[in-house]
Amino acid sequence: MDLTVGANAFFWSAAAVRAFYAALAQTPVARVALGEWVCSKRLPFWQDEIPHAVDTLRAAGKEVVISSLTLITLPRERRQTAELAEMGLPVEINDLSVLRHLPDGAAFWVGPVVNVYNEGTLEWLARRGATRICLPPELPLASVARLAEAGRAAGVAVEVWGHGRAPLAISARCYHARLHDRAKDSCQFVCADDPDGRDVDTLDGRAFLTVNGVQTLGRAVTTVAHQIAELRAAGVSALRLSPHVGDFAGVVRAYAAALQGQTDLGADLAGLMPGATFCDGFLAGQAGAAMTGG
Amino acid sequence: MMELVCPAGTPAALRAAVEAGAHAVYCGFADETNARNFPGLNFSRQEMAEAVAFAHARGAKVLVAINTFPRAGDQALWHRAVADAARAGADAVILADPGLLAFAAERHPGLRLHLSVQAAAANPDAINLYATAFGVRRVVLPRVLTVAEIAAINREVDVETEVFVFGGLCVMAEGRCSLSSWATGLSPNMNGVCSPASHVSYSDVQGQSEARLADWLIHRTAKGASVPYPTLCKGCFTSADGKGAVQTGHIFEDPVSLDATQLIPALQRAGVRALKIEGRQRSRAYVAQVVRAFRAAVEAAEAGAPMPESLLASLTEGQAATTGSYAKTWR
Repeated sequence: MDLTVGANAFFWSAAAVRAFYAALAQTPVARVALGEWVCSKRLPFWQDEIPHAVDTLRAAGKEVVISSLTLITLPRERRQTAELAEMGLPVEINDLSVLRHLPDGAAFWVGPVVNVYNEGTLEWLARRGATRICLPPELPLASVARLAEAGRAAGVAVEVWGHGRAPLAISARCYHARLHDRAKDSCQFVCADDPDGRDVDTLDGRAFLTVNGVQTLGRAVTTVAHQIAELRAAGVSALRLSPHVGDFAGVVRAYAAALQGQTDLGADLAGLMPGATFCDGFLAGQAGAAMTGG
Repeated sequence: MMELVCPAGTPAALRAAVEAGAHAVYCGFADETNARNFPGLNFSRQEMAEAVAFAHARGAKVLVAINTFPRAGDQALWHRAVADAARAGADAVILADPGLLAFAAERHPGLRLHLSVQAAAANPDAINLYATAFGVRRVVLPRVLTVAEIAAINREVDVETEVFVFGGLCVMAEGRCSLSSWATGLSPNMNGVCSPASHVSYSDVQGQSEARLADWLIHRTAKGASVPYPTLCKGCFTSADGKGAVQTGHIFEDPVSLDATQLIPALQRAGVRALKIEGRQRSRAYVAQVVRAFRAAVEAAEAGAPMPESLLASLTEGQAATTGSYAKTWR
């Protein structure tokens, strides 16, 4: 089992993107998906960093793919999607419609927001060229084990959502704009104010969700820190780590050490992310926000 | 005439819908294969066969929704549902999962396939993919599109499109939402439920009434005022911007429901083939009333007559109705 870093969900400046991938290149991550998968309006602000990040990561020996958008409705978004296939990199699809833009027989990855819940769908994607699938975060371990087995038979590497706020929903409506009483077309990019998303609490003050433009994420940080042995036994190929602010390179190193059996990952994470709340309920078949501790 | 596709959670509701003028009724088996897997709802195998016979005798169609995502290791339950729908004489099955669509296309080549809204096919590329890969004949469009976008889609696809015109409204892309399982462990995709009643509790605390989903507070009102059902995305929350400003309210969606009656002529011009009414969890009286109103509206549209003023205000969830994304104000 090794580590994949997924595409960043949040709206960061070009300078922050460059620093992030420069630091990531120095970590023991095996492969990286990068690209704008949340909001098509953000891409022009940082797309010039993508070739630079690809070069940096490849020079460090990382496998790199380019991620698609999750919700594609506008003509501009379809054009952006078609252009992904022309970048000379494998594509990670975050919407099935992306398949229409890939050359026949092209190998691709499948991101965590595509609904791969069963062997039939996994096998159908494998026949179309999928080589790697990050499963939806809400799947319980029993399903993960079945899918990892099906993946082995079909030649597909199966990943699980290992670390980071889990993507829970995507909408055509922008909640950041709504919070600022703005329409989506005149959002003035307010989501850039919240590089880890904006907190949403219950009325009795409990941390609950995070909004990130058109995306809604869990507020607690999902971690499989206490489930690594079960995932390995199930035949899971990689853990997917999702970028966030702070010492993310340190987080990657902590997971790498844990895969070597060298560390108390839960304690490491608490030190690396002071103030964060962690959860692991989905894999345990419980509410996603729950922390079972394995 | 545009086809009016109406909900039936029970055999009685199906009969009421057909008698009120439904051209087609959609319903599901009483298990987790369909996205309205609520206690006391849905059809046994025998009831489904009888429902098809009843509808066919009156010129109406029956569409069977098998639109959750099969559980790994248990696909046979979903495969059996497709086979049983075909055997019962269903006019189509409404599916969302690519693996199940592949199974149905291969094993039941004569069975007409509709793509559920839970597949969230939101652009022509997605629709053409499902049409080419599985022979899907009709797509239920997600409730995230404007009328102009729907018209543009219809210019680029050869399959029929169906849109929701009345009832509950998902603000998130359907079939791509795990908010319910984040709070409760049960989701539309896996379990066919959203914000399930099994996890809802109401209480009075310090002069206020509260509605919770699992242990998460979703609504709080002054005691005595009615507390809405705690559907997660329609709840009241609070969010601080970190600079001193705090917003409290419906962060995701106001408690409105969809009524697109006035847009029916525009949807017809946009090339929409069928109009769908949400509400398999609704009573037979509700279904009959809504179906009658929409049958009159569809006939008026066909005749080029103005749409009737909505007679359904009292039936919409909460107090307000919206035309939803079709005439978008939030883009």
